[in-house]
Amino acid sequence: MMARRPSILPLETDGSGRFLPWLTALMVYLAALAIGGAMSLSGAIDRWDAGLAGTLTVQLPRPVDGTPLAAKDVNAALDALRKTPGIVSATQLGDDAQAQLLKPWLGDKADALSLPLPVLVDVHVADGAAIDTDGLQKRLNAIVPGAAVATHDRWLGRLFRVARAIEVTAFAIVALIAVAAVATIVFVVRTGLLIHSHVIDLLHMIGARDSFVARQFQWHAFRLGLRGGIIGVVAAALTIAAFYAVGMMGANGGEQAVMPSLGLTANGVSAAVILAVLLPFCAGGIGLLTARLTVLGALGRLP
Amino acid sequence: MRYGNGPQILHGIDLDLEQGSFHFLTGPSGAGKSTLLRLMYLAERPSEGNISLFGHDVQSLGRLRRHIGVVFQEFRLLDHLSAVDNVALPLRVTGIKEETVMANAAELLRWVGLEEKHLAAQPSTLSGGQQQRLAIARAVIGRPALLIADEPTGNVDDAMAMRLMYLFEELNRLGTTVVIATHNQALIDHFGHPVLYLERGALTRIDRRNGEGVPVSLEEEGE
Repeated sequence: MMARRPSILPLETDGSGRFLPWLTALMVYLAALAIGGAMSLSGAIDRWDAGLAGTLTVQLPRPVDGTPLAAKDVNAALDALRKTPGIVSATQLGDDAQAQLLKPWLGDKADALSLPLPVLVDVHVADGAAIDTDGLQKRLNAIVPGAAVATHDRWLGRLFRVARAIEVTAFAIVALIAVAAVATIVFVVRTGLLIHSHVIDLLHMIGARDSFVARQFQWHAFRLGLRGGIIGVVAAALTIAAFYAVGMMGANGGEQAVMPSLGLTANGVSAAVILAVLLPFCAGGIGLLTARLTVLGALGRLP
Repeated sequence: MRYGNGPQILHGIDLDLEQGSFHFLTGPSGAGKSTLLRLMYLAERPSEGNISLFGHDVQSLGRLRRHIGVVFQEFRLLDHLSAVDNVALPLRVTGIKEETVMANAAELLRWVGLEEKHLAAQPSTLSGGQQQRLAIARAVIGRPALLIADEPTGNVDDAMAMRLMYLFEELNRLGTTVVIATHNQALIDHFGHPVLYLERGALTRIDRRNGEGVPVSLEEEGE
């Protein structure tokens, strides 16, 4: 019969080590939520960016008396747009499309309200083309007084900055969690060194090197970190799934129109799966490295 | 030698153990035998002077300790390990193949008179004599160049004491330097090896070949 090789240091019996997987689970859970939140936000911003990049919206308001804009003025404005270098297409939004835009705020009866809505023109710009929006607006004003060219750059740029700040904060949180994890492992390992000092002393007496003792601690820390990491990732995945489920249930048409979807992009899903697999190993790796360095540092100071 | 600011326990020790020699260390209780042994197996560094082992000044303790087998007076067996795993420990720390480790450990345990049924036992469930034999097996399994034993026959009957002494002699014949601390005068008389006598921290050598056990000061001997 082949017996299982016993642990030379009985680290499994340490009270201080018993809570480590749960503490690791909590830290990995928080880190996974922070990373998941940042990835979700990044995905939403990417989708907004992809949807709005290279587009302009032109508003052609009705005359002050509220009468509909003359078709020749609209056509002249469309011609002016189409002739502008860099503009690929300029399409007037139909009544149905405009009603669809207003639907989240005004409901199905928006077209029945006879509102003096401006004519909206959806303009697509060639990739990399720089449009002189001020000059374009002046030319359009000469055709339709009050015409306005809206680029999305300004508010999208502000949104990007906020999103990046949130991402940086999320990664700072992850870094702080890693520091807390390292401090916890250092504490647990030092406690373990004290608890098992008689065994370690004996091991030294029979010729065990510091690296041998360090190996006992490092693989123990790796196993605990991995176990805690798996628990944390599973808990985080369930929490994120619950968030989406609750979010989907509560969202109405208006919110869906204004808010971007917080779901991940296809690349984001792959990254999330890879991260979910890697995170427990990262937790184990941090445990392994920290335990090894702590033991070697502590034993190196002994005579 | 003194611990911290405590009283001087050993003084004027100038001892050179010839490779392959066999010595008994004896003397009254509290004379400093255990401290001298701790210096020999590198558990302590001397407060004054230096120790040289196997021709090297003591620097890399880990490497040198692998060549020293120690039978501690209080055995220092690990109770979370089985008897056979305790004995296997010195080989395991060197990274020897597991099959070799277990085969050697089991064979040695049988040699020191522990039955098959005791191999998996926890040390605390064994008698004092059995624990002592376990400690001896652990000390000799690595075929040490220096074997230091503190009262290795204190808890065994005379027959087993003789058997263990023959094991030490066999190791000695293979080249192991042996130092055995004991109060057992009968054992010392029976085997007739040189005796190091420690009293009030001072060491003298009693050479059996020099008359009937007349103490010879180490300083005089060196002259």
